[in-house]
Amino acid sequence: MADTKEKSESNEKPKPRIRPIVRLGIFLIAHSFLVSVVCCTAGVLALFLLPVLAKNTYISENALMPGSASPMLANQHVLEGNRLVNDLTSSNLKSSETGIESQRIIARYMLDLGAEASIHKFHRQLNHFHPLHFFSSPDSGIIEENYSCSSYGINTVGIIRAPRGDGKEAIVLVTPYNALKSGLGEALSIGIAYSVFSLLSQVTWLAKDIIWLVADSRYGEYAAVSAWLRDYQTPKFSSLSTLDAEMCPDIDNLYDLKVNSITGSKFSSSFKRAGTMAAALVLKVRNKSDQFEDTISIYAEASNGQMPNLDLINVVNYLAVHRQGLHVKVEKLWSLLNSSWLKILGEIFESLGKVAKSLNPKWKFGITATEYVEGTATLASSLYYQALGLPTGPHGAFRDYQIDAITLEILPKFSSDKVRHSDILLRGGRLIEGVIRSVNNLLEKFHQSFFLYLLTSPSKFVSVGVYMIAFALLIAPLPIVAASLYVDASSLGNCSKSDKSTPSASLDTDEHSITIGSWMWLNSAKLVFLVHLWGAIVSLIPYVICQIPDCTPTTSFMIWVLLSMLSFLTLYSVLASPLSCAKASQEKEWALVKSVTISSVFIGLGLMSVINFATAEIGALLMVPMCLLARPLKLDVRAGTLRSFSRMIGNLVLGLIAFPPAAFFLLKGMLDGFGSVNVGAFWIWVESLWAWNSATYLFIGMVHLPCWVLCIHILLHTC
Amino acid sequence: MALLQRPFFVLLLVLTHQFMQYWIAFGSVNEEGQKQEEEFNEELLLKPLPDRKVLAHFHFQSSAPPSTSNGRHHHIFPKAISQLVQKFRVKEMELSFTQGRWNYESWGGFDPIPSSNAKPPGVELWAVFDVPQHQIDASWQNLTHTLSGLFCASINFLESTTTYSAPEWSFPPASGNLRYGTLPREAVCTENLTPWLKLLPCRDKAGIAVLLDRPSIYRGFYHSQRLHLTSTGSGSEGMVSGIILEQTLTVVLQPNSQRAGMAYASERHIQPSWSLTSIFGKQVSGTCVLAKSSNVYLLLDRGLVAELEHLHKENEKSAENGFTSQNFWTKPSFELSADPDRIFIEENSLHSKGSSVLYKFQVEKYSESEPFDLSLTWKIPVVWLSQQAPLHASRFLMGSGNERGAIAISLKSTQLSEGFMGANADDERCDLQVNVFQVVPWYVKVYFHSLQVFVNQQPKAISDIIEKIHVSPSKDKVSPGVMEMVLKLPCKVNSAALTIEFDKGFLHIDEYPPDANQGFDIPSAIISFPNFHASMIFLKDDSVNKSPLLSKFQEKSPVMSYTEALLVPLTTPDFSMPYNVITITCTVFALYFGSLLNVLRRRVAEEERFLKEKAAKKTGRLSLLLSKLSAKLRGAWNEGSLRVS
Repeated sequence: MADTKEKSESNEKPKPRIRPIVRLGIFLIAHSFLVSVVCCTAGVLALFLLPVLAKNTYISENALMPGSASPMLANQHVLEGNRLVNDLTSSNLKSSETGIESQRIIARYMLDLGAEASIHKFHRQLNHFHPLHFFSSPDSGIIEENYSCSSYGINTVGIIRAPRGDGKEAIVLVTPYNALKSGLGEALSIGIAYSVFSLLSQVTWLAKDIIWLVADSRYGEYAAVSAWLRDYQTPKFSSLSTLDAEMCPDIDNLYDLKVNSITGSKFSSSFKRAGTMAAALVLKVRNKSDQFEDTISIYAEASNGQMPNLDLINVVNYLAVHRQGLHVKVEKLWSLLNSSWLKILGEIFESLGKVAKSLNPKWKFGITATEYVEGTATLASSLYYQALGLPTGPHGAFRDYQIDAITLEILPKFSSDKVRHSDILLRGGRLIEGVIRSVNNLLEKFHQSFFLYLLTSPSKFVSVGVYMIAFALLIAPLPIVAASLYVDASSLGNCSKSDKSTPSASLDTDEHSITIGSWMWLNSAKLVFLVHLWGAIVSLIPYVICQIPDCTPTTSFMIWVLLSMLSFLTLYSVLASPLSCAKASQEKEWALVKSVTISSVFIGLGLMSVINFATAEIGALLMVPMCLLARPLKLDVRAGTLRSFSRMIGNLVLGLIAFPPAAFFLLKGMLDGFGSVNVGAFWIWVESLWAWNSATYLFIGMVHLPCWVLCIHILLHTC
Repeated sequence: MALLQRPFFVLLLVLTHQFMQYWIAFGSVNEEGQKQEEEFNEELLLKPLPDRKVLAHFHFQSSAPPSTSNGRHHHIFPKAISQLVQKFRVKEMELSFTQGRWNYESWGGFDPIPSSNAKPPGVELWAVFDVPQHQIDASWQNLTHTLSGLFCASINFLESTTTYSAPEWSFPPASGNLRYGTLPREAVCTENLTPWLKLLPCRDKAGIAVLLDRPSIYRGFYHSQRLHLTSTGSGSEGMVSGIILEQTLTVVLQPNSQRAGMAYASERHIQPSWSLTSIFGKQVSGTCVLAKSSNVYLLLDRGLVAELEHLHKENEKSAENGFTSQNFWTKPSFELSADPDRIFIEENSLHSKGSSVLYKFQVEKYSESEPFDLSLTWKIPVVWLSQQAPLHASRFLMGSGNERGAIAISLKSTQLSEGFMGANADDERCDLQVNVFQVVPWYVKVYFHSLQVFVNQQPKAISDIIEKIHVSPSKDKVSPGVMEMVLKLPCKVNSAALTIEFDKGFLHIDEYPPDANQGFDIPSAIISFPNFHASMIFLKDDSVNKSPLLSKFQEKSPVMSYTEALLVPLTTPDFSMPYNVITITCTVFALYFGSLLNVLRRRVAEEERFLKEKAAKKTGRLSLLLSKLSAKLRGAWNEGSLRVS
């Protein structure tokens, strides 16, 4: 096309040929509408194709060798585990208020095995908003407060030193345990861990030390584990307000078991360490479940969508399915399983796959419709939890220190007899033993397999190379549309008299007009910058609100909204008012604003995709259509055609959906039903985001919200 | 003829035999006249440990006196070692191969055995040379290669200047000519033991070394094989220096306690009984005939003796058994299968706790028909603690991520030494001196200014605590960083900590070792306490002096302990990256050169002219293409037909 044009022009004025890459760019910009429609549909389609494109997982690191050794965990270890379970459950009956008794029992059992046992005291840490702590590594510089004895927790730590190892590396096994109100499930998880621990204290093949952490989960599982990790990785040597034993007499009782007479192992109150942690497993057993078979569910998402190495999940999955006969599952969005449109989509893909197979038997990308629906539900939950940026379990604390960790939750088959207990202990124990043995085999740290992936089932994954395509397609139109708008706006402004409507016309405009046009966008850029500044202010406001004591979430949210509106108005009146002064070319100003907005969104999404892909993907799904469609309502009303009317409706709907709180309520309503939605929920959600240092919070505050405001600004533009 | 020849032959044989006998006798007389001869002693020390394990410490000592007559020849001293000493002029050297960690908390850290035999995992080598300063490095490098060949280990990696260091004064045999290097990752196996055994005159075919059954000694919890040599009295011309070669093997083993099958609950509290057969699977059936002395010792350490005495006294109170303190050691609460030839009791001047007891067994009395199989059977449950170094040292890494971190050395007071310190603590200025020697590889870039000291959880000024410090900063790819410190801590210190920050460096791609993703080792630091001497002084001097092991025990050596080796995860490149880089670079280059050539080739004026001409011609592009195609086809056809014809 450009060729023919050029040829026709060359009649009047011979000019050098344009380079092909430039020509391609001009071609794309000229057809930006078509390109954006095609790219966006392709991006959404590619996202829905991901379950079809998922590959089977495979164990990438050869050194892992899962299942190559037959499990050594025998009935005697299970019996010992059972004994501990019984002791714990019976001591619960006569439990003391502090639950120190059960910690003592566990510590004594550890000592009996010849392991080093120690306790770790920690304080509950309140959630504080630290605006400058995003992306910074967790440190110990947290404000000391006057703690009382009532607010501490006690972790019990047992360490087995590898008899012939050099002690440079360690594997961590975590069992959360709440001594105050523990059910049978928690006791069982301790039992499994103990039976594995008792086996490992005898074996000779250990190369890495084993740390068993019984995390006191009275203030939450995550808090206990992260407190222990903080003291492990960044201990404080000078403490002004140390919690002494005499201050809290309860802890004193623990020191009674000083030396074990049989094994000579000692109990110590000082912090015990082993080497660099290679991997961590968090083990939980759910109390009540209605499963028809023994199931194990894997939780892997850590903060900011970080995932452990895929090999760790692979090893667990392989051993659970092929060795212990357990059913493995990962989290799904259950509401998606019954959606009919997904089923129809799945059937379409299935039939397409069949057609493809009939054409060439080597093409094997067809999956059945049910598989597709399940894969999509898993993928959606995988995306959702990664996008939230909150860890899905205590394993998230490990990922903050670059340690690969997952949470395994065992859901036993519904039954109540004792035989089942030992069966769970045996199978769960053998699974843990196998995983530990595999990790123990590792010479290097986990590095072979993927870190960036989405799971579509426990044994299927989509790697970064595949899922990036969907995202790239989705945001590809942004720069093109921005360029096209810019070109349009400058050509419209400068050569409104000339009847050339093609963008190439701008090429032969004279020097003078280009200089004027090139400065036009600065005003819009100023506006966009101010709105982003406002976004930053809005995301800092919660720091102030946090200081107000006794605030219900609803009032906090209201204060936040009020303050942000107030700040917007101030900013607008102080800085943005010169912008609104009459301009010669009002009608094209919105185009320039849109162009700059789109570029800033493109940059924001691109940056976010590096930090947390899932957030960027979901954000792109919401923002890209809104940005691309945005057009002053007045123009649409004036046009009055069906096309402009539908565009207007689309704009309004998108403008409503893309507002962060609205999107949150809609999503929550869809998942949990609209009955439970109230205004405070959003505040709680946001609070959890910044409490976990989730980058999603920053994304919403500094990219999403400004973009939404700018789009609304364009919609309401007076042209 | 044959009949005649036979008696003559027999006569000849007898004559030569007699002559030989005379000659041999003459030779021996000659040596006795010199009063010094090459000696070989073999000794084994067994010691029960508090956590139901047994320590076995083999001690072989060969010595060659300085002499002129022997020249290059030796009777029993290994030639390889003497050559090595002569060639590299080694004054003192120690090489150790260790697997596992010495458990300072339960196996003790105060006795001579842990002080000199607890070694860091992997290989440790240090040597003092008797050469001018500028030749030391060359000698060290040659020595590492020689040892590497001699012991089938990769000691030659210590050749590079980045791996060894020259401590100034903190390392105990302090001397300017010392070089020190460690390889924490070196695996230890039988292939290192065999050459070590070859240095023994009887190898492992006779004598105490027979016990070295490979599966059982490598099954242990700690295995350290050490070679220590000192050369004496060299210097004068023509004299070959005398060498004392000390070979020790320290193993900690778990005796099999399935003797009676845990019948009683109380049985579990009794320490496991063991015998040489149950530990090693072998027994001693005689001495090595070349050995001057061949002894087995059983050592009961101070804590155990104190506990036994305590139990004994209680026993006496409850039931008058007629035990007296005199015959206490001959009828103790355990049973030995063989009667000891001698009992040594430590002369206890410093330690209030108790004095260790040593039982001596002479292997000479046993033979093939009546092999020596010492066994120990406990009768009553005993719980005791080993004596520990004044401070327990542990070292760990702080921080996370690939950028920076910190090394922390934490010293914790062991309760045991408190009473011991109390005696000294009366005077006001009581200081506990601690020497710290730490080598850090260059890619861990330590900032020495960031050194922080905490005593009893309070930050302290460095000048208050550190009396003397010597730092030689690392040079990238040239030398490691060395830090030597003398700390003066108050006697009543509970805990002390040193932290020092570091940045993680980047390595060049070919500097990464195999399995780079494992991380990089920081060798163990050495913590020594110069005020404390790990020595045991026994009363009966004459026989003690004859035994090299016991005279070793009497030496005053400072208490030493090693900290853990650390593993620092560094940034490692994706090693498949070169492929990607090559691909992308090639693409970029192709694009660049393509467009460059395009620009160079193009003549703008001519092109414009061409365009004009084309415009004038107004030929369609399609027809032009067609005509070109047809021309090519025709050409090809012509060529083809030509070739056919």
